[in-house]
Amino acid sequence: MANMTNTPESAGSNLMARALREGFYAGLVALGLFVLFVGLKTDQNILNELILVQRWGLLAIFVVIAAVGRFLSVAFIRPYLAERKAEKAAAPVKDANFFVRNFSMIAIAVLIVYPPIMVGLFGFQGSLKWVDNFGIQILIYVMLAWGLNIVVGLAGLLDLGYVAFYAVGAYSYALLSSHFGLSFWILLPMAGIFAALWGVILGFPVLRLKGDYLAIVTLAFGEIIRLVLINWTAVTKGTFGISGIAKASVFGIWSFDVSATNNFAKVFGLPMSSSYYKIFLFYLILALCLLTAFVTIRLRRMPIGRAWEALREDEIACRSLGINTVTTKLTAFATGAMFGGFAGSFFAVRQGFVSPESFVFLESAIILAIVVLGGMGSLIGIAIAATLMIGGTELLREMEFLKHIFGPDFTPELYRMLIFGLAMIIVMVWKPRGFVGSREPTAFLRERKSVSGSFTKEGHG
Amino acid sequence: MEYFVQQLVNGLTLGSIYGLIAIGYTMVYGIIGMVNFAHGDIFMLGGFAALIVYLVLVGLFGGIPIALALFIMILVAMVMTGLWNWVIEKMAYRPLRGSFRLAPLITAIGMSIALSNFIQVTQGPRNKPIPSMVSSVYDVFGISISLKQIIIVVVTAVLLTIFWYIVNHTPLGRAQRATEQDRKMAALLGVDVDKTISITFIMGAALAAVAGTMYLMYYGVIVFTDGFTPGVKAFTAAVLGGIGSLPGAVLGGLMIGLIESLWSAYFTIDYKDVATFSILAIVLIFKPSGILGRPEVEKV
Amino acid sequence: MAGTNTMTKDPILKVDHLSMRFGGLMAINDLSFEAYRGDITALIGPNGAGKTTVFNCITGFYKPTMGMITMRQKAGKEYLLERMSDFEVNRDAKVARTFQNIRLFSGLTVLENLLVAQHNKLMLASGYTVLGLLGFPAYKKAAAQSIEQAKYWLDKANLTDRADDPAGDLPYGAQRRLEIARAMCTGPEFLCLDEPAAGLNPRESLVLNQLLRSIRKDTGTSILLIEHDMSVVMEISDHVVVLEYGQKISDGNPDHVKNDPKVIAAYLGVEDDEVEEVFEQIEEIAVAAPGETPK
Repeated sequence: MANMTNTPESAGSNLMARALREGFYAGLVALGLFVLFVGLKTDQNILNELILVQRWGLLAIFVVIAAVGRFLSVAFIRPYLAERKAEKAAAPVKDANFFVRNFSMIAIAVLIVYPPIMVGLFGFQGSLKWVDNFGIQILIYVMLAWGLNIVVGLAGLLDLGYVAFYAVGAYSYALLSSHFGLSFWILLPMAGIFAALWGVILGFPVLRLKGDYLAIVTLAFGEIIRLVLINWTAVTKGTFGISGIAKASVFGIWSFDVSATNNFAKVFGLPMSSSYYKIFLFYLILALCLLTAFVTIRLRRMPIGRAWEALREDEIACRSLGINTVTTKLTAFATGAMFGGFAGSFFAVRQGFVSPESFVFLESAIILAIVVLGGMGSLIGIAIAATLMIGGTELLREMEFLKHIFGPDFTPELYRMLIFGLAMIIVMVWKPRGFVGSREPTAFLRERKSVSGSFTKEGHG
Repeated sequence: MEYFVQQLVNGLTLGSIYGLIAIGYTMVYGIIGMVNFAHGDIFMLGGFAALIVYLVLVGLFGGIPIALALFIMILVAMVMTGLWNWVIEKMAYRPLRGSFRLAPLITAIGMSIALSNFIQVTQGPRNKPIPSMVSSVYDVFGISISLKQIIIVVVTAVLLTIFWYIVNHTPLGRAQRATEQDRKMAALLGVDVDKTISITFIMGAALAAVAGTMYLMYYGVIVFTDGFTPGVKAFTAAVLGGIGSLPGAVLGGLMIGLIESLWSAYFTIDYKDVATFSILAIVLIFKPSGILGRPEVEKV
Repeated sequence: MAGTNTMTKDPILKVDHLSMRFGGLMAINDLSFEAYRGDITALIGPNGAGKTTVFNCITGFYKPTMGMITMRQKAGKEYLLERMSDFEVNRDAKVARTFQNIRLFSGLTVLENLLVAQHNKLMLASGYTVLGLLGFPAYKKAAAQSIEQAKYWLDKANLTDRADDPAGDLPYGAQRRLEIARAMCTGPEFLCLDEPAAGLNPRESLVLNQLLRSIRKDTGTSILLIEHDMSVVMEISDHVVVLEYGQKISDGNPDHVKNDPKVIAAYLGVEDDEVEEVFEQIEEIAVAAPGETPK
């Protein structure tokens, strides 16, 4: 307790007494919280009747963890953090180093060499997991979150049904490709256009709504689209989904169909492997992400992007400056939806299968969470948030070694979403403005200064 | 005609449950302007608490009278979920009070994910069926009304009356309304704002617990994902009625219950949720702050 | 009615029989007045007289219950403002406004605030975003011009040093000036200022007066302002319209209005803190006013 040296003895013992008391209360509260849900477990017996299994030992562990945790936090961690904070406030602000200044360039370079490195490390078959489950999976969420960022982060319109546009993109690819045999490269832009159209259709009636009313209606639209996909079985095959969706080709030159004559592996005389396709998909989604980022950065410097941000700051002032807020909002909705549509058609091509189950509200919530956790409006922050949240939960699937600790019954995957939810709470409480809270101005006279998060508003729409 | 009345009765029952949950949304929104997305999962938690208490009671005293059992279930579930919501507010929402509007929303979504998965982990992912607790059915002029439905509607009505009294005629209610109007001013005038907000969360959770118990009794089954759909419907109900308005929440709940049962009866059950959400969208387009909500005046 | 600006008397804005009812309250009752081209017109009156409501009707934020508001541009084109929506009033009729409680884009920099104000011009130049996105040179040129325009107004409003700071970070007086500069960046012919001097100290007030005068002199923009600060009103306005309870009680040049018994009565009878100001005015011009006692 080095930090206590210059405080009187009595303060130290007071702190200890308080910590003990708070620890005790925390234990008591934990007992109350968990006695039913942890102490007792409902289970079905052979007759399929519910019986109770008692787990008092586990409950005791929960209570002890809560009590000890609270004690430690009050007695040691909080004083330490307070001291750290004081030190930090005293220390001069350091200049950003090379790594921070060139973060985006370095990140892009790493992503470009990522698949070959993985192939080198794990071989073609072994790299599948890393390229597909981690690389592609994370990049899809990066793209979705960047798309939603236009609506929520820039224009300040809270959209809880973004996944609807993802679904529109995925289903337009799935249906048009299986009915008309159109190729991915024709359908990709079409999926984007369809999604943008839906963005306008759904956006138009709700433009008058503000804040939470807008949020619930967008949520409702998201659910409506999903329910229609489930119930309109004649077209969508309902919950069975559409399978056997054609793969994408390298601009029609090389195909990844095993039977095709221009199969990629055959043309180059390589041994057959599914990893070529995955690596191709990785670069495809990377390119789509970069396109999204490029367009977003470009748009922010254009009048429309500035109008979006102005709309987030003050809608009435916008109108007083002659900005048509209806079309401005609609373009934000449509642009965001378009990127959702692109991501959707990529999703369909990657899975080869789409079903309504992939487009539940939870997906919208995760995408929105990534935008807010990353810092609204900040592309880099959002990419970091997507990597941590999606990569982190994917990593939990890989924690096989935990079985050695907790026994063979232990399935880390079960805890995936629990930890995801808790992580969302912890990050938000820790950094309410997200990882990158400041805003880069889009134009400057003398020097580019970041705008602190305390000035930017979050919009009321 | 009888068929229609029958559907009205069913819709009323369902609407009562939605209304009870919706009050929690609307109260929390009224007092701190936050959409407590985890409220649906609090409802589910209440249902699970009632389920476990029921199993304990049956295990300890086999032939306990069902009325007494129900009473104990409701009581324990209320206390239990009240405690949960108290802790949740204190740990997850209070640090974010007054910051950035989206931060508490995201925390609440995270809490919703965490709560439902907590129940999945601790109680297992399977459906939890219980034998029917109350099975009497009465025939009134050709309409069959089950005792369950009577219990639900009566309990809801009684609770709403008590609740109405608390909010409008007690010092606590006054403190709540004052905090709702102007938190800073209320604090300056000696209202313990933190405590008032905590109590609001506890009250909302207690009502959700009652709804959870009723839901368990009505359907005889509960599963860890059951928080989401009723939660979203109740949120929809709160917004439809005008979020922040207590009578609005009840009205919205009843409307959604009726829409659902009538749509299922006369059209197709597949699209009943589509109907609910579409009606919400249509109402809001013409009345952007809900049916009983105060219209937001755009101050220039 | 004592006229001002006797040379031209060319009305830029004509308000005819304007009425606005909120529920049972008649906020404006059959109000008619004119603002002349090149003038600074002041709209004064006790609190609650309906001044801001008149502004909101002129700028399209409220739809009046009755009446007609005509804006006549220099080129002769006429617009009926009461039929237009708020953004069209600015975009097409060229009427700009500021707000009583400042409405800046606080998270955008000062420069960005001025660029947002040039939205419509830049949208056209960027081919509604499409050409700009593809990097057409026409947009680049327009963008450079818009920065020049912003610089011009930054200089006028004395904000050049703060151009790259967030607008929310500026002191109050600078925020007021920025709001005016932002309104001017939309290229208006008619500028409506809602209490531009509210909350300013005497020095900032003086700077504001200079800014308003130079706006009129250099751009020929006509100005309509609501003001409580009599020193601003009397010093810079050419024409004063006095409202009370939603009705016009006086209209004319500052001297005329100052001596109008109805005006004095309205101020003496209604608003305590403004009584002193009116007394000061009376003393300054040393007029023996028989009608000074309220009815």
